[in-house]
Amino acid sequence: MRRPLSSERHHVNLTPTFRRAIVPSIAALALALSACGGDDTSGSGSGSGGEGGSVDLASLSGELTAGGATSQQSAQEAWLVGFQEAAPGVTYTYDAVGSGDGRTNFINGGYAFAGSDAYLTDDEGELAGATERCAGQAPIEIPDYVSPIAVIFNVPGVDDLNLSPEVVAGIFAGEITSWDAPEIAELNDGVELPSADITPVHRSDESGTTENFTDYLDAVAGDTWTAGVVETWPGEYGGEAGNGTSGVVQVVSENENTIGYADASQAADLGQANIQVGEEFVAPSADAAAQILEVSPRVDEASDVNLAVDIDHTTEEAGVYPIVLVSYILACTQYDDQATADLVKGFLGYILSSEGQEAASADAGNAPLSDSLSEQAQTIVETISGP
Amino acid sequence: MTATLDEKSTDSSLSGKRPGDAIFRGTTLAASLLVIVFLAGVAIFLAVKGAPALDAGPENLRDKANVFALVGALLFGTVLAAAIAMIIVAPLSIGLGLVISHYAPRRLAKPVGFLVDLLAAVPSVVFGLWGIFVLAPRMQPVHEFLVDWFGWIPLFAGPASGTARTLLTASIVLALMALPIVTAIMREVFSQTPRAHQEAALALGATRWEMIRMTVLPYGRSGMVAALLLGLGRALGETMAVAMVLSTTGVITSWNIVSSQNSNTVAAFIAQGYKEASPIRVAVLIFAGLALFALTFLVNFLGRAIATRGTVKG
Repeated sequence: MRRPLSSERHHVNLTPTFRRAIVPSIAALALALSACGGDDTSGSGSGSGGEGGSVDLASLSGELTAGGATSQQSAQEAWLVGFQEAAPGVTYTYDAVGSGDGRTNFINGGYAFAGSDAYLTDDEGELAGATERCAGQAPIEIPDYVSPIAVIFNVPGVDDLNLSPEVVAGIFAGEITSWDAPEIAELNDGVELPSADITPVHRSDESGTTENFTDYLDAVAGDTWTAGVVETWPGEYGGEAGNGTSGVVQVVSENENTIGYADASQAADLGQANIQVGEEFVAPSADAAAQILEVSPRVDEASDVNLAVDIDHTTEEAGVYPIVLVSYILACTQYDDQATADLVKGFLGYILSSEGQEAASADAGNAPLSDSLSEQAQTIVETISGP
Repeated sequence: MTATLDEKSTDSSLSGKRPGDAIFRGTTLAASLLVIVFLAGVAIFLAVKGAPALDAGPENLRDKANVFALVGALLFGTVLAAAIAMIIVAPLSIGLGLVISHYAPRRLAKPVGFLVDLLAAVPSVVFGLWGIFVLAPRMQPVHEFLVDWFGWIPLFAGPASGTARTLLTASIVLALMALPIVTAIMREVFSQTPRAHQEAALALGATRWEMIRMTVLPYGRSGMVAALLLGLGRALGETMAVAMVLSTTGVITSWNIVSSQNSNTVAAFIAQGYKEASPIRVAVLIFAGLALFALTFLVNFLGRAIATRGTVKG
């Protein structure tokens, strides 16, 4: 148990450079091997098994550059591999530069589309900027990556732990300090909780996971959690810090009586708490996380191309896991040139197809989109066009 | 006969006509100039790339008002960690140096000295992993003990960290990393004590420890200070071990070295923040690097200066 974790931590520190080196070389390889596709891009068949909506993937060629949220990175890598197979003529790169830079580069035209953990708002003029970039049309916003954030714990003798939103907030705000506190005990009948101090573990770096987690705490237990929605953990609440998701997982694995939060796919075989939703306790699973998109209100009901939602953390719907990370694809319905439009249409068609969603899910452990959402998204992608 | 030979050799060394001399002189000069050029290049690079940090807003400075407040807090943590490491290293290395130079039989002294030197070859990542997986769990009860019994000292105010990923643990790792270089210099300094001084002390009826106190330690005083300063230079710049061991939330200035909330060090801050950084944040990191560069430069300079003075005196 110890060795894999230690190497994982080390591995994470090295990956950005490593990926930066390997992605272009894979791309270059793909380009070199590709038998230059034909120039017919209007075909409606899905060539060589690639599902790319109405675009024939095999006939596409050119360069497609996108970037943004790091949360999507492992999914994007799965898509890169799958897409290169279906469309060998295309050189696709995704720069994991962070959501903010991704949006900026999308708006100024550097990226054909962007990945972002937040949808576009007019708070900093980003929505207006994106609309202008998209030839005056409203930008497309599609949730393409949904992953549950698990509350992980390491308590000897406890395999199953039920927590209510208030208790989660209490623990992470440093108000509930012992595992046998009555607040925890009353939710866990028959579980022998040790009378040990709780060590909450949080991220030391700026993180979308922290932002989504505190968004949840702020929504469901605003009285206990008073720091609001933050990307960097507030110092006044105490607790241990780990660097990156792997850092948090490592600290929790190595130390007893700890509790932390991490992307469920990275949580290894640690205990994952069941979170109270309504009357029941829900375990973090990809399916339960995907459900939240169904029950959350759309940001812009009137829009045909904006599928962004305001996550409803307070939902009491059965079977919904409320702590999730949702990442979006931001793209245009209209591009300045036909080639880019075809590339974006082909790529988005692929990642939103069941094939693309399954590929990402297998690699990144995220939740595949539900059929109805996937269908809606595909309809939007169909509308992408050139000048 | 001898006179002619002497004359001849003096003559040729003055005129410097041998090509070998010229080449050697040229290469050494070029090499030493290159070092200075590199050093200046690094300083200029850091200053130029770090300059935008002066205009950075609090959102890029971990909520600090300006870059000096941020770097100041980091330098505080850096110096605190390195100073504690030196407090641990000093008695350890003096003891080890004396054992190797004066106490242990030659048969034992050699391998012990060799083993200590070998410590220097261990990569810092390995020290970091050892700190997390081996040292920290064993340090946890020590933390509890320190907080329970010495909580009145601000350093041990607590509450004790549940995982011992604290500045204290990091300092111990740093101490072990600085130990080889400090011990090696101490050893050299001690063994340079003139034989006559030592024998005189022994002849006056001093025990071996009295002899060491009267001759070896006073003679090696400046050498010992220099050794510690060079070790300090190593501890100040150490990155991976601290970045891996230390638990930090935000950048704070705290004397408390046993709680979960620790002062961070410059090097660890840079290592942790570099992964995802916008241009302005990179500038802030580089500015912090510049401050560390200046600090280590100063400490090393001081160490060398004292070391040279010691040699001249001897």
